[in-house]
Amino acid sequence: MEQQVATLTVKKGLAQMLKGGVIMDVVTPEHARIAEDAGAVAVMALERVPADIRADGGVARMSDPELILKIMDSVSIPVMAKCRIGHFVEAQILEAIGVDYIDESEVLTPADEAHHINKHPFKVPFVCGCRNLGEALRRIGEGAAMIRTKGEAGTGDVVEAVRHARSVLGEIRRLKTLAEEELMAFAKEIGAPYELVVETRDLGRLPAVNFAAGGIATPADAALMMQLGVDGVFVGSGIFKSGDPAKRAAAIVKATTHYNDPYILAEVSRNLGEPMVGRQIASIPEGELIATRGW
Amino acid sequence: MTIGVLALQGDFSEHIAILKRLGVSTREVRLSEQLDDLAGLIIPGGESTTIGKLAEDYRLMEPLRQYGREKAIWGTCAGAIFLSRDARRKQPLLGLMDITVERNAFGRQVASFEADLEVPVLAAVDPRERPYHAIFIRAPLIETVSGDAQALAQLEDGRIVAARQGRLLATSFHPELTGDDRFHRYFLHMAGV
Repeated sequence: MEQQVATLTVKKGLAQMLKGGVIMDVVTPEHARIAEDAGAVAVMALERVPADIRADGGVARMSDPELILKIMDSVSIPVMAKCRIGHFVEAQILEAIGVDYIDESEVLTPADEAHHINKHPFKVPFVCGCRNLGEALRRIGEGAAMIRTKGEAGTGDVVEAVRHARSVLGEIRRLKTLAEEELMAFAKEIGAPYELVVETRDLGRLPAVNFAAGGIATPADAALMMQLGVDGVFVGSGIFKSGDPAKRAAAIVKATTHYNDPYILAEVSRNLGEPMVGRQIASIPEGELIATRGW
Repeated sequence: MTIGVLALQGDFSEHIAILKRLGVSTREVRLSEQLDDLAGLIIPGGESTTIGKLAEDYRLMEPLRQYGREKAIWGTCAGAIFLSRDARRKQPLLGLMDITVERNAFGRQVASFEADLEVPVLAAVDPRERPYHAIFIRAPLIETVSGDAQALAQLEDGRIVAARQGRLLATSFHPELTGDDRFHRYFLHMAGV
């Protein structure tokens, strides 16, 4: 009875276990414990939350493995970490220290302007961002086991998260109405592998778990994304840039579970203190937008 | 006859899809009143700390314990941890089964695996005896079974990965991630559906 490791089933399987949950950005072991106590299903270990990466400017790289290891030691839930788009050596390092998921993330400065990492040979699973169905299926084609819509990280403005989720889910709704002979032209139009287009049509959803990310700052934001049809949410700067992180984190967890119950949403939204200040997407020059990174 | 699936967090929709394929009516359970009149309840895979916290916050712990004293419950992975008496860590547990578990017993995600198991009791629902292909994701191990609890399946080295105690069932692996519905049919049989 031989055991098989690192199969696509076990890579996708961990993402399935995270469904209906909240994954929180943390920059210290103390943050990680607050997140776990609040009910996070996983944490994203990094040196700076996206709002600070935005404010600081400069090149944003993989975090110090020492910090990631300390966070891994401090909680029992899965720990994710980010590498730069196309930086397969950062990914090798993250796999070597044993993180549970790698986020090949546009929040960091891309290392390759044409190619993403070939994710198939890795034992550790990857999550990747997308703005539309074509981008999602290209990432799955490269071996991503989980997808998140990008939104616009570090802004606290949910508008881009909504745009990207509507784009992916709307394109799937359109795909489901197409005739068989129209599928190849559709695959060409969105720049996606034909086989994955067919699989998506047959499943009626992405062939991987799909979370929302980028700009979620309140329990209502999380429930909005869930009602639009995503499987769970990432909250980056929205928690630890707010006035009362522990309380806000717990409220967002509850809102993600009870996303269809406005009475519970009203209850958990009360007295949360100051939300993160936020930055309107419309006020950001196009060249500073993060979501456009990735190809 | 309706089977409930605890829908606080985790892969509850995968369980629901299999139950629907078997022609069983289902209900997502997030609040205690949704437990009424269920023939059985499945606690899915997910993060046991998250499920436990939400169960406490929405006052589900006692209703779930009461339910489990009378009716059938099956916990997969996080659900098995939640049913156990002890997980060697401070977190909310139902304590319904006389089993102790070790969380993440095989290590982190890179050690998650698939393996074939011999599960003799599945012959009760399917006479064609064949191995059961099981999927383990950051899986717990059932360290000890005591009292009326019995081991149903073991890895080659003897470590326990499935146990039953009366109408309660615990598996450290995820039958809901496979196309093999024998464990679901076994649970329906236990629940009298």
